[in-house]
Amino acid sequence: MTDVSVASPCHLQINGKSYSADLPPSVTLLDLLRERLDLTGTKKGCDHGQCGACTVLVDGKRVKSCLILAVSIPDAEVTTIEGLAPDGHLHPMQQAFIDRDAFQCGYCTPGQIMSAVALLEEGHVHTREEIREFMSGNLCRCGAYNGIIDAIEQVLAQHQQDRAGEAA
Amino acid sequence: MRQFSYSRPDTLDAAQRIPEHTRYLAGGTNLIDLMKSDVERPKHVVDLNALSMSQIEERPDGGLRIGALATNADTAAHPLVTERYPLLASAILAGASPQIRNRATNGGNLNQRTRCHYFYDPDMACNKRSPGTGCSAKGGRNRIMAILGTSEACIATFPSDMCVALAAMNATVNLTGPEGERSVPLRDYHRLPENTPWQDNILRAGEIVTSIDLPPLSFGPHHTYLKIRDRLSFAFAIVSVAAGLQMENNTIRKACIAMGGVGTKPWCVPEAEALLEGKTPSPSLFRDAADCLLQGAVTDRDNAAKLKLAPRVIIRALSQAAAGTPQSQTQKTIF
Repeated sequence: MTDVSVASPCHLQINGKSYSADLPPSVTLLDLLRERLDLTGTKKGCDHGQCGACTVLVDGKRVKSCLILAVSIPDAEVTTIEGLAPDGHLHPMQQAFIDRDAFQCGYCTPGQIMSAVALLEEGHVHTREEIREFMSGNLCRCGAYNGIIDAIEQVLAQHQQDRAGEAA
Repeated sequence: MRQFSYSRPDTLDAAQRIPEHTRYLAGGTNLIDLMKSDVERPKHVVDLNALSMSQIEERPDGGLRIGALATNADTAAHPLVTERYPLLASAILAGASPQIRNRATNGGNLNQRTRCHYFYDPDMACNKRSPGTGCSAKGGRNRIMAILGTSEACIATFPSDMCVALAAMNATVNLTGPEGERSVPLRDYHRLPENTPWQDNILRAGEIVTSIDLPPLSFGPHHTYLKIRDRLSFAFAIVSVAAGLQMENNTIRKACIAMGGVGTKPWCVPEAEALLEGKTPSPSLFRDAADCLLQGAVTDRDNAAKLKLAPRVIIRALSQAAAGTPQSQTQKTIF
């Protein structure tokens, strides 16, 4: 029989800080962040992977933290919305969400921003249609979608300019 | 969520020596959701992610082997997949959302459970979840349920998009278990519900999907994955069709076709493929193929629309494949 135990070790880097504890394996990454580490920027919406409010980066990839057991990603680097502007200067995506009026109530916004930051890193999107498709994992019940797409388009254009500049 | 014990073995051998009431964890995008809903109640969760099963590599026969633990996102973006198996990449990208695809694995995709509402609600009768309790979907709200392969005991669909493309391409599933290794055609991997709907597939206790083999196949541009759903993205199929045609001088040499959203498993009818081969594409030929694919369909209270929609999706998909104009998964207009 394989080795089994009730509390399991959890080692993570969260926004650049080391975290180690023994956790019940049923604790999701989302609940670890919110309930044990007071990182409440990451939101709990549906808690079933359908709304995207809990989106964070794990080793640079966007994931739904409500569907991940915290003990199952040993030594992973986790980035939450709190880790996006560590020195107090807004990330360009955060600034673009303000510039383009990309939210009303704001509840989905941290997830939208984390998803959008990863989206640009993935490098698959070039058009509005593609932004829409690749943001389909983030719902906004206020319906601020046009502003959200505008904000992402703004940062995408900056990204493309920067890359063209690097290539030249 | 109920409490359970957790382990993360680093050898296949250790992963296969498991106590009763164990569930294997890969990406967890379905299992953890089911545990939160109290549908899955494992006492032990064995995490497979320390095992090396995420390779994507060429086979000596010219085919491709995709590891069970490769994520859906990595698989769909892999150059060997996008260049040689664009039908598979397209079907993967038609499913779920980017965040889910970043975690969800290929092996997990095969082993995901139905999204039948009644299966997900422990207060309702469901033979798949609680054998012998009955089927609430029959005569219930069953607009999304299957019309092919159903039984008195269960009418739930199998929800995967990826498996529809794998079925069309006649992929092979490689398994390892306490009794050794074996390979099973994807088309035989999932089971019809019959009177044992709790058995979704042919996996035995302690058996693990290690990889999936794609045969050497090239459709050139003559393929498509056409998925019709209630919203444009991040929704399960009402009807979907994966089609690949090997064309030669406007004649169909080989036809590969499978359907999602309509069957209790990825739906294939070899007679429909045979009927297309050696023929010139035409609307009437595609209509004959649709009739053949849908033979034996049975509708229930709310899902008769699937029987009207399905032939249109089949004909449109075969037309797209024949014309060499695959459906885009971002530009949603259907031509």
